[in-house]
Formats: sequence, C-alpha cells, structure tokens
Amino acid sequence: MTRITISPHPFEHHEVDLLNASDADLKEIASTLGLGLSLDELRHIRDGYVVRERKATDLELQTYDQTWSEHCSHKTFGGIIHTPEGTVDGLLKTYFMSLIDELEPEWCYSVFEDNAGIVDLTDDVGIAIKVETHNHPSAIEPFGGAATGLGGVIRDILGVWADPIACTDVLCFGPLDYPYEKLPEGVKHPRYIFGGVVDGIGSYGNSIGIPTVNGATVFHENYTGNVVVYAGCVGVIPKDQYIRDVKPGDCVLLVGGRTGRDGIHGVTFASAELTEESEEVSRPAVQIANPIEEEKIKRALKEVSDRKLGSGITDIGGGGLSCGVCETADSYGLGVEAHLDRVSLKAMDMAPWEIWISESQERMLLAVPPGNLDEVVSLFEDEQVETTVLGEYTETGLAVIYYKGHVVGELDLGSLFDPPKLIRTTNWAPPVLEEPNIPEPDDLGSVLLSLLKSYNIASKEKVIRRYDQEVKGQTVVKPLQGWNAGPNDAAVLKPLEDSWRGIAISSGINPRFGLIDPYWMAASVIDEAIRNNVSVGGRRISLLDNFTWGNPEYEDRLGGLVLASRACHDVGKAYGTPFVSGKDSLYNESPLGPVTPTLLITALGIVPDIRKAVTMDLKEAGNALYIVGVTKPELGGSEYYALHGELGASVPKLEPEKNAVAYARLNEAMDRGIVRACHDLSDGGLGVAAAEMAFTGDLGLEFDLSKVSTSEEMRDDFALYSESNGRLLVEVSEKDCGEFEALMGDSVFARIGSVKVDKTLRVERNGEPLIEIPLTKLIGAWKTPLEDPR
Amino acid sequence: MKREEIDVLLMRAPGTNCDLETVRAFRDLGVRAHLVHSQRVFKEKNLLDYDVLVFPGGFSYGDYVRSGAIWAKEMEYRIGKEMGEFVDTGRPVIGICNGFQVLVETGFLPGFEGRSPEPQVALANNSHGYQNRWVRMKNIGKGNCGILRGVPKGQVIACPVAHGEGRFIMPQDKAEAWLERLYDQDQLVFRYVKGDGDYAEGSWPENPNGAYHDIAGICNPEGNVLGFMPHPERAYFGYLMPEWTKKGRPDEYGDGRVFFESVVRYVEARF
Repeated sequence: MTRITISPHPFEHHEVDLLNASDADLKEIASTLGLGLSLDELRHIRDGYVVRERKATDLELQTYDQTWSEHCSHKTFGGIIHTPEGTVDGLLKTYFMSLIDELEPEWCYSVFEDNAGIVDLTDDVGIAIKVETHNHPSAIEPFGGAATGLGGVIRDILGVWADPIACTDVLCFGPLDYPYEKLPEGVKHPRYIFGGVVDGIGSYGNSIGIPTVNGATVFHENYTGNVVVYAGCVGVIPKDQYIRDVKPGDCVLLVGGRTGRDGIHGVTFASAELTEESEEVSRPAVQIANPIEEEKIKRALKEVSDRKLGSGITDIGGGGLSCGVCETADSYGLGVEAHLDRVSLKAMDMAPWEIWISESQERMLLAVPPGNLDEVVSLFEDEQVETTVLGEYTETGLAVIYYKGHVVGELDLGSLFDPPKLIRTTNWAPPVLEEPNIPEPDDLGSVLLSLLKSYNIASKEKVIRRYDQEVKGQTVVKPLQGWNAGPNDAAVLKPLEDSWRGIAISSGINPRFGLIDPYWMAASVIDEAIRNNVSVGGRRISLLDNFTWGNPEYEDRLGGLVLASRACHDVGKAYGTPFVSGKDSLYNESPLGPVTPTLLITALGIVPDIRKAVTMDLKEAGNALYIVGVTKPELGGSEYYALHGELGASVPKLEPEKNAVAYARLNEAMDRGIVRACHDLSDGGLGVAAAEMAFTGDLGLEFDLSKVSTSEEMRDDFALYSESNGRLLVEVSEKDCGEFEALMGDSVFARIGSVKVDKTLRVERNGEPLIEIPLTKLIGAWKTPLEDPR
Repeated sequence: MKREEIDVLLMRAPGTNCDLETVRAFRDLGVRAHLVHSQRVFKEKNLLDYDVLVFPGGFSYGDYVRSGAIWAKEMEYRIGKEMGEFVDTGRPVIGICNGFQVLVETGFLPGFEGRSPEPQVALANNSHGYQNRWVRMKNIGKGNCGILRGVPKGQVIACPVAHGEGRFIMPQDKAEAWLERLYDQDQLVFRYVKGDGDYAEGSWPENPNGAYHDIAGICNPEGNVLGFMPHPERAYFGYLMPEWTKKGRPDEYGDGRVFFESVVRYVEARF
C-alpha cells in the first residue's frame, strides 16, 4: 500500500504516512503491520503525527501497539466505565489501590508500583510477590506457554532486585474426560493441554531450582476452550537493596539470552480472542523457554543486588525491549537512547522493529551507573551470561532508537504513556437460575465417596509431585501433608536462616460461583484464600488479584468484572487485607464461548514462628473436633450440586467482619499451641474436610451433625456438603478445650466430635448413624481419578 | 584434623540448585563449606586444597542429553586428572542426585576396576516420570564406605527424592554378576525400604523410580566415592521432616543430619 514506504536506510525499515489518513487507511495500515490497536487509538496516534508534521516509522507504530495493548497498559482496569450504579473512573484505582489509602498498612513497602508488590517480612527484609496469567500461549502450545509463564513471573521478582524462593501455580482445565467429538476445530483436548502445561511448569521450576509450594488444579467445562494458567513467584529482598535511582548517563544494560523471532506480537495476541486460526497465526507469538539461562541470570543478579551495583532493573517480558526500555525511562522521568544493532540475535536477518518488540525469554534490563559497569559485566561473565550495553538514559523525555547509526524511531514518552482513556458501559443482569430439586439421598456415604472422586476435590498428587516442592530447604509446611499426602491449606516457608519468622502462601479460586454471581464469587474466593492462610497460622495478610475474564467489550462480561472488583474492595476492607499486586487476563473467549468468570486470589500471610505452624492432619486419638463458623443452605455452585449436574442459585455469601474476629482468635489459639490441626471447609464442605483430616492423619473421626451450628434447619446432605464461607475444622486436646472455648468467645463454634483410634469416619445425627466408612476406602477414592492422567 | 579446619568444596554448574541447603548443612556442623563455580575450579585446578568434594543436586546444563552427562564430560576434559588424584588420596567425594549422575557419567562409580572410561551403569528415566516425594533409604553397607561409618548399620533415613532420572540399572547381561560384585566389595550402601524397614522390592512409590534391586546409592570399591539419589540435606533440620507437626514442635534436627555428621567425623578422624 502506498502509505507504507521503504525508508532510505540500508536495512529493512518502513515509514508510514499518517497525514490525512482515513479510517479505512488506518485499518489497512494496522492490518498490514499486524497491529491490534483500535480505530480510536489509531486516530489518536495519527493526530499526534500530524501535529509533529512527520511520518511515523514501523518501529514507532509497533511501540504504540505494544504499549497500548490490554496486556501492557490494562486499559480496561484503567478506563472509565459507566455502570447502572454510576461511573467508575478506573477499576484499579477505585477498588484496589484505594484500599491502601483506606487501610494505611505501614507494612506495605512498595505496592502497585513495580514488577511485584513488596511487603515487610521483618524491619529490614521485604517479601516480593507477583502472580501472572499465561492463558493464551498455553492454549496454543501448552508446554512452552506454561513454562514461559513461570519464567516470566520469576523475572518479575528478579525485576525488583529480589531473590526468588518459591512459586505458586494455579491451573484450570476442561474435564479430562471431555468427549473428543464435542471439541470444535482449533481447540485442543483438555488431556493434551493438561499434560503439556503440567510438564512445562515442572520443567521450568525444577530446572531453575525454585520450589512450587502452593497451587490448585481446577476443572470446569468452560475451561475447555480457555485453559487458565496462573504462575506466581515470591522472593526475598533486603530493603536496602531495593534500589530505584536511575540517573541520566546510566547505562542501559541488556543481559541474558539472545533475541529471536519467538514471541513477536505476544501481547497483541494475548489481548485478542482465540479463534480456530490461532494455531496457525499465533504460534510465533509463543516464546521458547530456557530455564538454565534464567538460573544463570538469577545467580549473577543476586550478586549485583547484594553489592548494590545497579540503579534500576526491570524484566523484558510482554512487549519486549520496547516496553522495558521505554517504561524504565518514563518511570524515572528520563529519556533514553538505544542502539538495536548491538543486540545479540538468534536470527541474523531481523528488522529493527522485530528486535525491538521480540519477547524472547530470559532477558533482563538493568540501569547501571557507568562507574559500576565493568564490575556488573564481569559478574555476568562469571555466570556465562551475555551482556549488551544498549545505550544510556538521557534527560530528554524521548526514546531515540538507532540501528546502524540511523534513527529508526523517536518516541515522545509523555504521549506514549498517555493513551486515550477507554470509555465503556456495562449491562449485567443476574442470570435466571433456580434451586434444583434433588431428592435427599439414602446413602450419604456413597455421596461422600463420589465427591472425593470428583476432579476438583480429588488428590492433585499427580500434578504436585511433578514439581519440586522443597528445593532450597525452606518448605516447612508442604503442599502435601505427611506420608499420606493430604491436602494442606497453605504452604509455610522459612525464608531467613537466622529467624523463625516465616510466610504462609495460599490461594482461593472457584469455577462455578462466578456463573451465578461475580460479586459473591469474588467475596468467596477472597475468604477462601484468607481462611486457608489462617488455618496454617498466617495473619497480617496481603492479597493479589488475578482476573481471567471474557471479552470486556461485551457489556455483560464487563458488568460482572465491575461487580467482582467491587467485592474485592468491600471484602478487602472488612478483613483489613490490602491488595499489593495483581494482573488481569481478559479476552478469554474461544469457539466454545467465554471463560467462566474466574478470580484467583493469592494470600501472603506472616507466621511469626514457623515452629507453631499447624497442619490439617488429625494428630491424636481422644482429641476434640470443633467447627468454627455457621453452616447455611448455600449449595449454589457447590460440588454437591455439580455431582447432580446442577448449578443452583444459592451462592455462598459472606460476613467478613464476624469471620475476621474468629480468625484472629484462632490465630491466638495457635500461638498458644492449643490447636493441633486445622482445615478449611471449601469444596465438598464439612464431609470432605473431615474425611481429609482423618485419612491424612491416619486416625478415625466421629462427629454428630446435629451439633453443627446452622442458620436454620437443614437436610443432612445440605449440612454435610454446603460450601458456606467462614468455616474451619479445629482439633484441640481435651485438656485445652476450656481454654480454646474461652478464647473463641462469642464467635460461632461448636464441639462436634472427637478423634478415634479406630480408622473409620463415622457421622451421626443424635446417635443415628449416617456415614461409616473405613479410611482406606476414603483415601482410595480420593487418590483415584487423576492417576495416570496422560 | 580439626573440624573447623575442614574445607568442603561444593562445585556448581549452570543449573545446579541444591547447593544452598547442602552448604547450610555443612556449615551447621562447623566446617568450612565453599560453593565454587566449576569454571573457576577449571582455571585454578586447585582441588587438592580441599578435604571433601561434593557435587550437589540440580539440573547441570539442563540435564540435556542425559542427566549429568554434559557437566561430566566438561569436567573430565578440564580437570579429569585432578579429580583422579583427589580420589586417589582417599578423600571423600560425594554426589547427591545430579551429583550421583555426574559420578556415574565420569566413570568414578561404580568404578569396579578404578575409574572406567565410559559409564558402566545408568541412572535411567524413572518408572513414573519426575517425582518429588519422601522415601526411606537404609544403610546396608558393612563398613567399607568410610564416609558412612558414622551412620549406624541398618539405619533408615527418611528424606526426599526429586528427580526424573534416577533408576539405577546395569547392563542386562551383567546385572546379576555385578550385583554380586557390589555386595562382595561392599559397594552397595543404600537401598529403598518401606515404612516397616523391609526392602521395597521394586514396589512403587517406596522404590520411587524403579531402580534395580531398590538401589538408592553405591560407593566405589575403595569406599571414598559415594553417590545416591535422595536428598538428606533436605531432611537436615527437624522442621523439614514431613510429619513434624505431629509432635507439636519440630525437633532440632531431622533424619538427614546423621549422614553429614558422619562425613565430617570421618574426615576429622582420618586426616
């Protein structure tokens, strides 16, 4: 087309004439260059060039495309949204960042500012945490997509000068027994995706030597076309090493792997829907992983960080150099000069714009004062890592990009980081749902066995064992408890050699509640994450949000997103748990429709003394079993209804103020050493949680359903399998029961049974037996379904 | 030799990753532990400055080709002679997990007639793929392996395995004869056992990788080169044991300490 012309430079480089470009011209330019920019954005860019009276270059337009993508600029979370209840000027600002002002947590060291959130572990040491999504690449190429997702989030932690110590992985798949004949063109079978994703994460995490300590594996029909891969990482950072002080004249140093054609337009792809052509068209957008390269970078960076030799750092991820270089310059109010011909390449014939936006993995960008450059370079040489001085930071406010001595792009950083605000409207209506009419079963025991066998409840040992959970020797509470490998609620780590102070990492996620009500879905998963954390001894909790949603350009999807965000604010405030970081993945649509509205909440708590951490296995016969919290007839979205193929409407609600008091009292009981075991009630409710505690501890358990505190008269099956929030099971020694009850005060709790020598789970109501199953049968059912998944 | 004068060299390559916990264990015992990149050792060729040589676990060079193979070839080429001299002095050489793979790939283990020019046995891909799980290994050595003299005979050590390639196998036509030889020369030191102390007899997951004869670790005929798959360094402290919460509070130390203590005591007494 005539508006795109070859520039006079002696290499592949194009100029684009935007003067008087019509909408049709703009669309054609976008499609020729493979840009994902909207028409509004293209007009905005055109007008800028008209004012500056010059042509654009391919590299410049590609930079706008990367920087303004949903993936990089989070325009939905930053935009203006008109809802029936009023206008929201920025979801992120209104519902997440505002909590910091309202709660004023002095222990939040750096939040919503950098690659990762940082909170205090001790006065001198911070914990950095970040969770990312890598859904789209994993749908196309499961192994590479998942592996690079993990590699990317580890770099986010390296990108705040921290030393990564643990990973989390939450994965959502379609049912493994999904009928092949129902799969549409372009959608891969869940079993194939499952195998690849699990292998990819295992391969990366194991090779780089960072344990995967927490996670979840969730199954739902709606994930069949939209696999969800959340990868998180936690790191340790002595606060005086968190240096962000880039000055003009500091060197722009690129370190790590070489730059290639892998990962071109990754962010554009991540910000679009998946179609049956995605496999063909978007394969090059998936990067290739090399964990050993990142291991070497990690070693060298630790040394650079310890010696405080750098002045700034960021990872090269989505958007490649274009984002990393421009963002750092802009965030320090500087400009930058970069020479792309200096970059070491995997393919020799790459055009400047390709070098500039390639998302090749295992690269980091450092700002280094010139006086420290030699030392920094030699530290990387010691680890056999390549370095390139790309250029330097300047005072100009401009990014000037050179190739072989010619300017190939000049961007005004002010306008690059001031994209037009998106304006959208929502229109969410509650779905029309009814409570199903399920006949009360005669045999509650067989229901329990079926629940234990269901994909979402069954043991994830097959997945978890493929990840190293304890390399580095800091995993004090492991994801699988003891020799019987029961499901611990959270992981506890001991990050410091000279302190017993530790951290607890947990998560909350639910695949069905969001189909009923996004608000209560969000509230429930926040409570689940906090509850899980509390049950191992965590407190002073920070939260991370990761939304996986459908296309926000549809008013109903966006409406649900606003509701869920509002819940994050309301519940976070009530619990006093601020959000410290987050990342969203929108446009999760496939030929099978939108993803089920999914919010992953990751909770990071403090355990003041890891020697007092609590696990979920029953400890000793004769001990008492308590239930904390109220059981309500809230089975909407429950595993029990799902067993009958039903969704229902009565989604669990939440009373965070009351729960917060109960959780704090429970923490106090743990500190006094009188809680022998604690387990949260979630999927499958009381019945499943009790069974898990018994077979993990290899001890019998007997309890009376009539003693459970309920909001109203409830059927036995509902009382056993309701998924009401705010509930935990607690084991207490007989001698400590008085102290425990006094401590719990007016919080709702009830003593419902006791631990037995006889290895059987017995449930009764007022002496009438309801369930009597040997532990071997329970654990057998629980461990069966995921055996040999590939 | 005094404990505080013992110098332990832990060599690392790109992808080595169990070094921190191994260093922590040795330092806790009061010896000097030095973590050094193999490239530096290649330059300085100063192996004999150290009293103990340890190859920690990890994925050296990504374990491409075969686990440990690339690093082993590199070492053979760069410091093969120095390694041979070190072994000949009788000083302990220990390979844990990837380190065991390296010692097999360099031909030091089983080393029936001294170091072999190519690997005699293999640590092949696991029966159940990569696994991180706790196992029990029993010390069945009769005293030839000096490094293990501080570990009571028959002692069972619970600690984790975390590997994809650790299935100890020997050439099919030689397996029986070589097994006899391992026993005759008291080279067979660790076997996987069940919770009751009986041999796993190949049953999974007690034998986590399908290893021939439940073999978890062996030493050379001289008893100073030792390799095994499980990770005692991850069971060094009480709070790392899988069921420490049963006791309410963790013990100070876990099952793995006895191994490291034994190494240190051996060097103290012998040199």
